[in-house]
Amino acid sequence: MNTRETEAPYRARPGEALISLLGVTKTWPGAGASAALEGVDLGILPGQFVCVCGPSGCGKTTVLNLIAGLETPSTGEVTVRGLPVRGPAPDRTVMFQEHALFPWLTVAENVAFPLEVAGVPRGERASRAERYLRMVHLWRYRESHPHELSGGMRQRAALARALVVEPSILLMDEPFAALDAQTRDVLHAELERIWIETRKTVVFVTHNVREAVRLGDRVLIMGTRPGRLKRDLSVDLARPRGSNDRDVAELSLVVERELRIEVEKVIREELDDARIGADRDLHREPGRDLGGGI
Amino acid sequence: MRTGIFIASLVAIWAAASRSVDATLLPGPDEVLRALWANARAGMLHRAVLKSLGRLALGYSISLTLGVTLGIALARVRAVKETLGALVLGLQALPSVCWLPLALLWFGLGEAAILTVVVLGSLLSVAVATEGAVNSIPAVLLRAARTMGAEGIVLWRRVILPAALPGVLSGARLGWTFAWRSLLAGELLFVSGGVGQVLEFGRELHDMALVMGVMLVIVALGLASDRLLFGLAEARVRRAWGLDRA
Repeated sequence: MNTRETEAPYRARPGEALISLLGVTKTWPGAGASAALEGVDLGILPGQFVCVCGPSGCGKTTVLNLIAGLETPSTGEVTVRGLPVRGPAPDRTVMFQEHALFPWLTVAENVAFPLEVAGVPRGERASRAERYLRMVHLWRYRESHPHELSGGMRQRAALARALVVEPSILLMDEPFAALDAQTRDVLHAELERIWIETRKTVVFVTHNVREAVRLGDRVLIMGTRPGRLKRDLSVDLARPRGSNDRDVAELSLVVERELRIEVEKVIREELDDARIGADRDLHREPGRDLGGGI
Repeated sequence: MRTGIFIASLVAIWAAASRSVDATLLPGPDEVLRALWANARAGMLHRAVLKSLGRLALGYSISLTLGVTLGIALARVRAVKETLGALVLGLQALPSVCWLPLALLWFGLGEAAILTVVVLGSLLSVAVATEGAVNSIPAVLLRAARTMGAEGIVLWRRVILPAALPGVLSGARLGWTFAWRSLLAGELLFVSGGVGQVLEFGRELHDMALVMGVMLVIVALGLASDRLLFGLAEARVRRAWGLDRA
């Protein structure tokens, strides 16, 4: 079998980890009994491609936001290179499910935006933006506005924008979830190629098991109520891969079985909740109060 | 094309109607044009128009500056929202011309009084629209901006203001209309000079042709300024921002 199952495999070697979460708990003020995250220990090695999978409400996006510095843990510590995360930093860029491109800027201006914020001189901005626009095959569309592009092209532009500051960590929150299957396949291949080329450390959140197995070196399965890490699987499959490779398909089935237990638990609890008339919000997946207070 | 035919038939109906009733109550199009022409040749009309437009430009500039600032503060500063917020909503219910008696007592029968009315007439709608525009910026854009390290002045100048621009622009357009109406109401009631006063002058002389002529001028000026100043700008911004699906 291609899977090697490991219980909390990286905890013992914190010195090696690029990103580490130690005893991280996250609760929302006013939320019900279950914590969004409880007792999460996780170490991610440099250059690893880690996919985080789980049912809605398991806190997978919270894990990503904690690493991004968009949220702070209630207890425990999130560190990058041994230093506690205090907020967003250009060394950790984020790609969202929505492309989040600025509609008033052209594709090239969008990609150059983080460089402008960082105070990179104009000439260098242009050449670096060009390099990454070519990498995602959008150079021809540099003068277009985001609304003139297809969904897949917008996500490619967002990817170029995330890469242009040359971060060592790329955080991706279901970036391809809104795309059709064919476009997603193409983007998986491009992302894999770019990852092989640049060797970023990637944390990729998805609810799509096939996607997780197709892309990741490592797949984390999260459970819910409270949100926690349930399984940590290595994916030792050769690259480049394809979504329909037999190995990918087989391993996906194994992971899916694990995940189904969690999903059924959510459904059962939702039914219970409905029965007792409680209207606790299951989708406490945060992001809801982000962007406020800037 | 259709608009042209519609307007032409309106004028035709007007001409027919004026012939069948007392011409002093409803003068025909030809008489109205003649009255306008006579006034224009005497120089009275264009002096009045310039005077009104000057007041409008000054008052509107003030209210645009203050309104956008106030709107941004309402959207982003909680203390301002909790104090001025209720006041702004309350005062919006007050037609601007109601400020005129107060303004006349404070500033006397002059430019300051009319400016007060114009500013108060349009300031609040600009502020409310700006607040709405800033509040409805998609959270994901701000989150993305934060992850790219944009904060403070850069965040404002490069993200928040451009993101809010389409909404601010429609607020500005609305504010312009309100400023124009407030100005005419003020001129009509008290203050000397300006288009509103020519209207009042026509009423006193029972010169119905002049009254209708000035009304036409007011419509034309309002329409032209709206189209030229805002229509073009708004269309351009909406297209660039991708808000209109072509």
